[in-house]
Amino acid sequence: MITENLPALQVVLPLLGAPLCLLLGRGRGAWLLTTLIAWIGLAISLTLAWLVKDGEVIRYAFGDWPAPWGIELVVDRLSAYVLLMVSLIAALVIPYARRSVEREIPPEQQTLVFTLLLLCLAGLLGMTITGDAFNLFVLLEVSSLSTYALISLGKDRRALTAAYQYLIMGTIGATFFIIGVGLLYMMTGTLNMADLAQRIDPLEHSRTLRTAFAFITVGLALKLAMFPLHLWLPNAYTFAPSVVTAFLAATATKVALYAMIRFIYTVFGGGFSFTAMHLEWLLLPFAAAGVLIASVAAVFQQDVKRLLAYSSVAQIGYMMLGLGMASLTGLTASLLHIFNHAMMKGALFLALGAIIYRIGSSDLDELAGIARQMPLTMAAFVIGGLSLIGVPLTVGFLSKWYLILAAMERGWWPLVVLVLISSLIAVVYIWRVVESAYFRERPSGALVVSEAPISLLAPTWILVLANLYFGIDSSLTTGFGGAAARTLFGAG
Amino acid sequence: MELLGKFNYWVIFILMMIGFYVVIARGNLVTKIIGLNVFQTSVFLLYISMGKVAGGTAPILHVEGAVYSNPLPHVLILTAIVVGVATTALGLALAVRIKDAYGTVEEDEIYAKDKRA
Repeated sequence: MITENLPALQVVLPLLGAPLCLLLGRGRGAWLLTTLIAWIGLAISLTLAWLVKDGEVIRYAFGDWPAPWGIELVVDRLSAYVLLMVSLIAALVIPYARRSVEREIPPEQQTLVFTLLLLCLAGLLGMTITGDAFNLFVLLEVSSLSTYALISLGKDRRALTAAYQYLIMGTIGATFFIIGVGLLYMMTGTLNMADLAQRIDPLEHSRTLRTAFAFITVGLALKLAMFPLHLWLPNAYTFAPSVVTAFLAATATKVALYAMIRFIYTVFGGGFSFTAMHLEWLLLPFAAAGVLIASVAAVFQQDVKRLLAYSSVAQIGYMMLGLGMASLTGLTASLLHIFNHAMMKGALFLALGAIIYRIGSSDLDELAGIARQMPLTMAAFVIGGLSLIGVPLTVGFLSKWYLILAAMERGWWPLVVLVLISSLIAVVYIWRVVESAYFRERPSGALVVSEAPISLLAPTWILVLANLYFGIDSSLTTGFGGAAARTLFGAG
Repeated sequence: MELLGKFNYWVIFILMMIGFYVVIARGNLVTKIIGLNVFQTSVFLLYISMGKVAGGTAPILHVEGAVYSNPLPHVLILTAIVVGVATTALGLALAVRIKDAYGTVEEDEIYAKDKRA
């Protein structure tokens, strides 16, 4: 009974939890409820992943209305993989959130943070699990609207303009996406993704179909912050509260990328996307430019949060690079990096959040010498940074290894060089933080602080250890990612 | 004639471009939201007009032999309107907060103030 309804519960629990959270009001109740829901969500994702690990596909007709009329939830290996990533990050970030939110948000707004986090989580999980194109739009907007509000809770007044800018760009992206879906509906009369895929096949030469493809790709590219549509991202990540930044950086853009992969491979089909539309000629140049330019921009940042935000834009470039290679290895690299980047950026932003918790700033100069007072937190940051660079034994190495393999398979040597160069640039910007934190004296008159509390350290270190664990034993990530990529190629 | 026969799409895409232009070109945060609304509304019209069948009526089951318009796009757009209202409300709320914090809703003045700070 419960097992049958797991796909629905995955989305419905956080969605129902959000208003309950608001009713619980001030105090710890809201946080406890949110933590409970996040952990139950993780258990559900693990169960779902277990159920589909051999390639079964769970199709759940919402409200018993059979597809293609009703809304269908679909759990296959790809969606189970992304669900697992999102729920894992939520289950770690939310326990961390209590102390950090107490420090950064005024008491009367603290309940709102948890309510909005749950709404955002529901939207992201829903986007991943749904098998209906219009439903995806609605859940995309559920997650985006809560994200705009979350960003605006930042202390600095620039958080407001960042949230506003993101609202405008995000809404344009989402509206482009529904224009595309509308055009598809016009051609096929269906919104169910599996049904769409079948009916699109004979329409390959229709101009409306091509227009729909263009609108959907550009709309989602805005949401996932593909260079040069990333302009909303650095400000949003810099001025949002630390917890929100960690959660968004690890999940939101990746789920939008997942939606894009779904449309490219499952709905339109790899053949149409790459052979007829030559999507690679859009993705590759922008991805390559993004990797390079955003990495260089990261080097020149004074604020560590903004530095990591630019590095996120570069990392999204890696994912697009893998996608743009249109090969099995490339897609595997891309899927692998979705999961791995969530772990490394999650760890880095959580470690940074712990520093902000103590010293109230993420400015590079104010971080000077902090490693002597917060050794464990900085050690976590360093390992996260090594993973970002791609040092062996960390997950970052694996993603880059697959990416380089994919480029060599195609014989695209300039891309191999590009990945290596951008990794070297990552060394430079991570080193700037390390240099400041380890090799400089504390500024005179700076607060003497102690190590971050355990409730901040524990989630950070769990993610750091996950970086190392999955870097050594990658059977789960490569197994799931690889299998999902093969399924997409088999279907496309 | 072929071109004029699809005049609804002409209207929709002209509206869409007007809205999009306002969002990009205007510096006033409230005007931008209005542009965004026009942009979204044109998409609503796109959906609604595609569901219309010439001479079709509302899909009521009892009427024998009547021609129906497709009701599904209308239902979808009800959802999209709700999303649009939520976006507008949030956008305007942010504009109010920005006015409180900066004393202006003009983009260039906000940037100037941030640069000085």
